[in-house]
Amino acid sequence: MTDLSVSVSANGHLASQQPLPEAPAKVTVRNLNFYYGEHHALKNINLTLGTNRVTAFIGPSGCGKSTLLRIFNRMYDLYPGQRVTGQLMLDQTNILDPKLDLNLLRARVGMVFQKPTPFPMTIYENIAFGIRLYEKISKSEMDDRVEKALRGGALWNEVKDKLNASGLSLSGGQQQRLCIARTVAVRPEVILFDEPCSALDPISTAKVEELIQELSENYTIAIVTHNMQQAARVSDKTAFMYLGELIEFDDTSKIFTSPTDRRTQDYITGRFG
Amino acid sequence: MNPIYARRRRKDIVIRGLCIGAAAFGVTWLALILITLLYNGLAGLNLQIFTENTPPPGSNEGGLLNAIVGSLIMTVLGVGIGAPLGLFAGTYLAEYGRNDKLTSVIRFINDILLSAPSIIIGLFIYGAVVVPMRGFSAIAGSLALAVIVIPVVLRTTEDMLLLVPNALREAASALGLPRSLVIKRIAYRAARSGLITGVLLATARVAGETAPLLFTALSNQFFSLSLNKTMANLPVTINNFVQSPYAYWKQLAWSGALLITLTVLALNIGARILGAERTAK
Repeated sequence: MTDLSVSVSANGHLASQQPLPEAPAKVTVRNLNFYYGEHHALKNINLTLGTNRVTAFIGPSGCGKSTLLRIFNRMYDLYPGQRVTGQLMLDQTNILDPKLDLNLLRARVGMVFQKPTPFPMTIYENIAFGIRLYEKISKSEMDDRVEKALRGGALWNEVKDKLNASGLSLSGGQQQRLCIARTVAVRPEVILFDEPCSALDPISTAKVEELIQELSENYTIAIVTHNMQQAARVSDKTAFMYLGELIEFDDTSKIFTSPTDRRTQDYITGRFG
Repeated sequence: MNPIYARRRRKDIVIRGLCIGAAAFGVTWLALILITLLYNGLAGLNLQIFTENTPPPGSNEGGLLNAIVGSLIMTVLGVGIGAPLGLFAGTYLAEYGRNDKLTSVIRFINDILLSAPSIIIGLFIYGAVVVPMRGFSAIAGSLALAVIVIPVVLRTTEDMLLLVPNALREAASALGLPRSLVIKRIAYRAARSGLITGVLLATARVAGETAPLLFTALSNQFFSLSLNKTMANLPVTINNFVQSPYAYWKQLAWSGALLITLTVLALNIGARILGAERTAK
C-alpha cells in the first residue's frame, strides 16, 4: 500500500477529489456477453455510465475494455463473426437492436481512437464534413460551427490561420485534438475515448486530459486507458476489468485508495499487468 | 588477415561483380533498343506525320494522322470502359467483399486474366463481338483494350485501398458515415493518387497493344471516326509497315514506334510523380 499512496500523492489530484453525487444513468449495461467467434471475450458485464460523468476502464491488455467500448457504438458490427448478448441501453434506446440505424447511433455516440485519424482533407473540412452529414447550414453558420468545434477541441488558436491546410500537416497531439473537435462537432451525447493519449507526448497528453475534463460538463464520457494515473486524473468512476470480467466498479477515489478486490489492488499497485 | 574473413571478402567481391554484371547486361540491351529507336524514329519525325494520313502503296508521301487519331480514340474508349469496371470491382474486393469467400476466387481469376497473353483477349473479342457484328470495328478494338485494362485497374485499386488504414474507416464509421460514403469520401480520397496511377499504368499498357487490335479493329488505310468500321491505329500500322517492302513505310513505322514509346514514357513518369506524392504524405 505504500507504493499506492506515493503514486496518488504524486499526481496530487485524488486527495482533493471528492466523489461527485450519483448521476442519472446515460448508458446501462446489463448481463452483457461478447464473443469473437468461439472466444468468450466479455463475461456478464453490468454497469452504468452516469450522465455527464467520466468513466474510466482500466485493466491489463486483452481484458476486454476496448471490446466493451466498441460495443457502445456497435463498432464491432463492421467485422463478421462477432456476437453480443445481454442488454445495452442508451437512455431509452436499445443499442443492440438489430434494426437500429447504426449511423444515427454513431451520431449520438462519438468515438476517439488510439491513433489520431484525421481525414485526408483540410482542417476545416475535417470538421465540416461530419456536420454536413446531418445538417444543411449556410457557409457562415458552418464557419461558426467549425470555430466552435475547434475551440471545443482546444485547437482553435493553433489552427485559425491555416484552416485550409491539410489535417495531416498537424502534429500528433494536434491531430488528436482535431479528431476530438470533429467528434464534438456533430453534437453527440456520449463520447468514447479508446486510449486517446497512448500515441501522444506528455504535453499533448496533458492537453487532451484537460479537454476531457472540460467536455464532461456537457457529455457523458467513457475512456479506456492503460495509464492508471490518467484514469485517476480524469475520471469520476473507474471500472477494473480482468480476463473479460468486470472485477470492480466504483468511484475513482475509492478504486485507487481502498479497492475491495484483491486483483484490483494487485493491478493498481503494479504487481501484474 | 583472418582466412575466414578473407574468404568472405572474396566471395563478396565475386557476388557483387555478378550482380553488377547482370544488371549491366539487362540495361545494355534496353539502352541499345531505345537508342536505335530514337535514332531511326527521330529521322522521320516531322510535321507531316501529324497532318497526313497513311500513304497508299508505293507513295512516298503521307503520315500517321489516321493511326494516331484511331489509337487515341480506342485507347480513350478502352480505358473509359475498362477503368470504371476495374475500379468498382477492386472496390468490391477491398471494401465490401473483404471477408467474402468469393473475393479470393475473383482475385485468382483476375490474376490469370492479368497475365493472359493479349492475343487471346483479341481472339475472345473476335468471337464475342466481331463475328456477331459481322465485321471488324473500332468498338470491338476498344472492348478488347477494355478487357486488358480491367484486371490491371482492379489489381491496383484493390492494393491501394488495402493500404488505407482501417483506423481511418473506423473513424469515419464512428462519425456516423454510411459505408458508401466511407468509401467514396474517405478511402478513395486517401488512395486517390494510387488509383490514378493504376489507371495511368493501364493506359500505358494498352497504348502499345497490337495483338488484340489485329483481330478486332484491324486497321484502316483511310481516316475514319466511325466506331462501326475498321479503324487505323499505331500498333497495327507499325506491324504492317515494318513488313512492307517500301523504305518510306518502314521509316513511318519507326516514327510511330517512337511516338508510342514516348507516350508510354510520359504516362509512366506521370504515374511515378503521383506515386512519389503518395509516399511523401
